[in-house]
Amino acid sequence: MRFLEQLGLYFLLLKKVFSKPEKASIYYKQTMHEMVYLGFNSVGIISIISFFMGSAITLQTAYNTENPIYPTYLIGLGCRDSIILEFSSTISALILAGKVGSNIASEIGTMRITEQIDALEIMGVNSASYLILPKIIATLVFNPILTLLSITVGIIGGGMAGSMAGVITPEDFIYGIQYAFIPYYITYSIIKTLFFAFIITTVSAFQGYYVTGGSLEVGRASTKAVVFSSILILIFNVILTQLLLS
Amino acid sequence: MITVKNIEKAFNGKKVLDDVSVTFEPGKTNLIIGRSGSGKTVLLKTIVGLHNVDQGEIWFEDLLFNNLDFTGKKEIRKQMGMLFQGSALFDSMTTEQNVRFPLDMFTGLSMEEKTERVNFCLKRVNILNSNKLFPAELSGGMKKRVAIARAIALNPKYLFCDEPNSGLDPLTAILIDDLIKEITEEYSMTTIVNTHDMNSVMEIGEKIVFINEGKICWEGSNKEILSSDNEVLNDFVFANSLAKQLRASAK
Repeated sequence: MRFLEQLGLYFLLLKKVFSKPEKASIYYKQTMHEMVYLGFNSVGIISIISFFMGSAITLQTAYNTENPIYPTYLIGLGCRDSIILEFSSTISALILAGKVGSNIASEIGTMRITEQIDALEIMGVNSASYLILPKIIATLVFNPILTLLSITVGIIGGGMAGSMAGVITPEDFIYGIQYAFIPYYITYSIIKTLFFAFIITTVSAFQGYYVTGGSLEVGRASTKAVVFSSILILIFNVILTQLLLS
Repeated sequence: MITVKNIEKAFNGKKVLDDVSVTFEPGKTNLIIGRSGSGKTVLLKTIVGLHNVDQGEIWFEDLLFNNLDFTGKKEIRKQMGMLFQGSALFDSMTTEQNVRFPLDMFTGLSMEEKTERVNFCLKRVNILNSNKLFPAELSGGMKKRVAIARAIALNPKYLFCDEPNSGLDPLTAILIDDLIKEITEEYSMTTIVNTHDMNSVMEIGEKIVFINEGKICWEGSNKEILSSDNEVLNDFVFANSLAKQLRASAK
């Protein structure tokens, strides 16, 4: 019963969020601000994680295919497909659920308990739309860029780790990442990223927007935002994979 | 003029406002007083529409406010200014940006005109040379004054203040009270102040509504409050020893 009530509240919030903005120019400024705050500021963490993720995938693939029957360029192919199909979209989304999701929930939650949201409402501003819509647009635009960055850095990391560990030559790795490449995999990864970006932003904003109480509750909302976003990302990962790759 | 008719409000089955009817007059500082938990803040937040009423009517002039949809309420809300207990300034914005926010949102003024209006409002509340400071860098009294400046930026018809003196020293509290009274008279606003500060009651209480356990218990002015024979009101007004001594010496 409580689940249905929460689900209803979530969709009512979305209805408020997607109503006509008061002043487009203000929303545009906010969106640009959020792109830097939620998107650009995540470039560092995504790059570091992707680099080491790519490295680990290459080394693991190499150790698991240590057989003269398999050509070594398959290590590059395995690294590329693992990164594009799963790691760059799903693992990056889980990282962003932790970083961006907790950030959104605590920001909006603090605004709620310090009556800043009430102040917006009193002025006649649609607080849900003003606070949440720019975040949704910013993540929908920027997260695919982060995914593409993650793919690039992950493959570079894989190539470097492979050649430094002596498990594959750079030439074989480059041949491997070009071999039997299916461009649709990139589209698939971007589609998943868009779904995940929407989940992270709206679920976290929902947790923050309806906070009641004090700082303890804001902390709880922040934790819930990360947990629920992560679970939904994993569920939608399975659903989207079945729908898009079957 | 704001008229409240027979409003009722309950949370989780517990009645917080019970058949409250009152009229708040324009150009006057109307005070809602009462003990903590008596329903003052709920009444104020219900009047401004932050809480929906369970029953009853709230009229802003000849418009039934609680029946309006979001767009209808928005038009009246543009004429409202509110000073919250904790000031509710936007943390991520400077003093200047906070005051400019309603102007950015609802006017087509040029940047120059907006800056002029912002500086006028800040000067009106005696905040000088603090335009670029963030709320975290301001004192409690300054925050309240900036919040008043933000509330009057759009020349509102209605001003609502929730415990404007809480957390302030007595001198700053008097300054805030005076400011609210002056602004109310200057712009002929309908001002409603929620307080349990007896100093405010005596200084600016042109119309006072005493609320107890969610019901209106007494109405009058600051001149009438000391001579009232309402026992519940007297228990509240003469709660501290200084007030008791004054009352005893007057008798």
